[in-house]
Amino acid sequence: MNDKVHLDRAHLRHLLTAMLRIRRFEEKCFELYQGEKIRGFMHLYDGEEAVSVGVVETLRPEDAIVATYRDHGQALARGIGMNKLMAEMYGKLEGCCRGRGGSMHVFDAATRFYGGNAIVGGGLPLAVGTALGDKMLKRNSVTACFFGDGAVDEGSFHESMNLASLWKLPVLFVCENNLYSMGMAVERAEADTDIGHKGVAYHMPGEVVDGMDVVAVEAASHRLVAQVRESRVPCLLECRTYRFRAHSMFDAQLYRQRAELETWRQRDPILRLQAWLGETGMLHAEEIERIEAEVAAEIDAAIAFAEAGTLEDVKDLERFTIMDRVPQ
Amino acid sequence: MSQSAGGPQPRRITYREACKQGIRSAILADPRVFLMGEDVARYGGCYAVTKGLSEELGEDRIRDTPLSEAGYVGAGIGAAIAGMRPIVEIMTVNFSLLAADQIVNNAASISHMSGGQFAVPVVIRMATGAGRQLAAQHSHSLEGWYAHIPGLKVLAPATHEDARFMLQPALDDPNPVLIFEHVMLYNREDVLDQAVTGVDITSAKVMRPGSDVTLITYGGSLFKTLEAAETLHAEGIEAEVIDLRVLRPLDTPALLTSVARTHRAVIVDEGWRSGSLSAEIAARLAEAAFFDLDAPIRRICSAEVPIPYAAQMEQAALPQPAAIVAAARGLVPSR
Repeated sequence: MNDKVHLDRAHLRHLLTAMLRIRRFEEKCFELYQGEKIRGFMHLYDGEEAVSVGVVETLRPEDAIVATYRDHGQALARGIGMNKLMAEMYGKLEGCCRGRGGSMHVFDAATRFYGGNAIVGGGLPLAVGTALGDKMLKRNSVTACFFGDGAVDEGSFHESMNLASLWKLPVLFVCENNLYSMGMAVERAEADTDIGHKGVAYHMPGEVVDGMDVVAVEAASHRLVAQVRESRVPCLLECRTYRFRAHSMFDAQLYRQRAELETWRQRDPILRLQAWLGETGMLHAEEIERIEAEVAAEIDAAIAFAEAGTLEDVKDLERFTIMDRVPQ
Repeated sequence: MSQSAGGPQPRRITYREACKQGIRSAILADPRVFLMGEDVARYGGCYAVTKGLSEELGEDRIRDTPLSEAGYVGAGIGAAIAGMRPIVEIMTVNFSLLAADQIVNNAASISHMSGGQFAVPVVIRMATGAGRQLAAQHSHSLEGWYAHIPGLKVLAPATHEDARFMLQPALDDPNPVLIFEHVMLYNREDVLDQAVTGVDITSAKVMRPGSDVTLITYGGSLFKTLEAAETLHAEGIEAEVIDLRVLRPLDTPALLTSVARTHRAVIVDEGWRSGSLSAEIAARLAEAAFFDLDAPIRRICSAEVPIPYAAQMEQAALPQPAAIVAAARGLVPSR
């Protein structure tokens, strides 16, 4: 494994594209939600794209991911096809979970994507388990476990951190600290708001990184994943980030000030990278327009795919409640 | 159990030993199988089921966990998804509530929610039930709650045969399987029929044939119910005793077949009456055997109280043979 992230033009273009795919995909999802094409709970990742793009970039195909109900970013970064993801948002049979999971429960066996867990903190024990299984089966895989600052309030966070460290399991715990668990500000929920510091209690190495800087996230994740893989110990990465939109589609955002949002918007990970690429002459405006056009075309195709999708026959309602075999 | 005259005396073993034999042979048979739980290795298990196994099989395969029910039960679920075949032990069903999120929201849901992409072949064993004066936080019978959950299979081995042999088919099953072992059974002694090498985890079993009334039960109440049937026999009432064995999915046809012959049913369930497994069985009989029934369905359940410590209070709270006898007697016309 390389011990450094190579910041060449192609790679930076790739990072920008990956973030733009998530941003534009979700902007379209917002519209589709207003148009009632997408229903249920939907949690947008707007502002946090650098976290999943930076971390997933450092994973290998054999690695596993456990994510939360705010999972579109991880799913797209991991390479779950946009068509399958959009079809899932539409509740169509062609979706990655046949339309059964929706926005909050993206699963994909091919990329070892184990949800999309909508119980805050519910995915952490699962990630400990996939890492335990991988270790016992002598695979050299890492499980990247994403969770928010709200999960840190839960007992399962502490149980999982302890178990992973005690048993030396290959987990990268990634805290997406966006400062609010729904409307609860982190300083109103945590006696010690320094989440990265909590790893110390479990003898777990870690880093705290600017989650609005994709290159910084990638570099930190790169170091920690290498440590997890080589030393077979878990690590904790706290990414300090912010969501620009409401918690879900039903949130009037009474708990935060407009000014705070505007301050964070200045640090938009996509605008920052674009500006830097422009200043350094690495990527010209025409190139960015080309990327935007590619992304727009991919989204249009995904919508067409989802629109053309079919609905699962209700006669299959009970199918897969009880499995007749373990899928290979 | 009868023994052939003059032959070698079959060894009597405890239910605990039968459980242990099942665990040992499952771990020896498959490198993917391991057991984890609180105090299962060096302590030997809170009910001594795994005593000595960690020395023989190693602490990787008999794995002590910290007191983190949500953490290690979830880890068992994750390890199962990753390709292992974990047996997770929880000291008692009361403690399983700390892991109920993992069992219900993950183990039971992931197959369906993911559109069949993943199976969760985990086995979760736990002790259940009262009778040891362990009071209100170690004595409840909550298996009926888990039997409510689609996506789970729920077993209640009452006999030595089931204690010994249910584990392997549970591990072979691609679904999460919960196994409830009643605490009053661990010290029971019996012999294992050497001719039996396996059991199913699908069917209820007639433990005593009878023609006058069907007594439906499971787990720790089975032997109380068999005792009641013996008393009824002395009074001229022939009770058929059915051991449910599997609490989810229920073997409803076996119950209907029996009731079609006896026309009467008493359900004995150590769970509380309200919203219970006994209520579910009574409803199924009312739905599907209404015209076979000659008398109302009766239920003998635990009193609706947290199980108390004092022996006389605890025993008063639990289903007892005398109450089963009285209920059955009340259904059968005197001759």
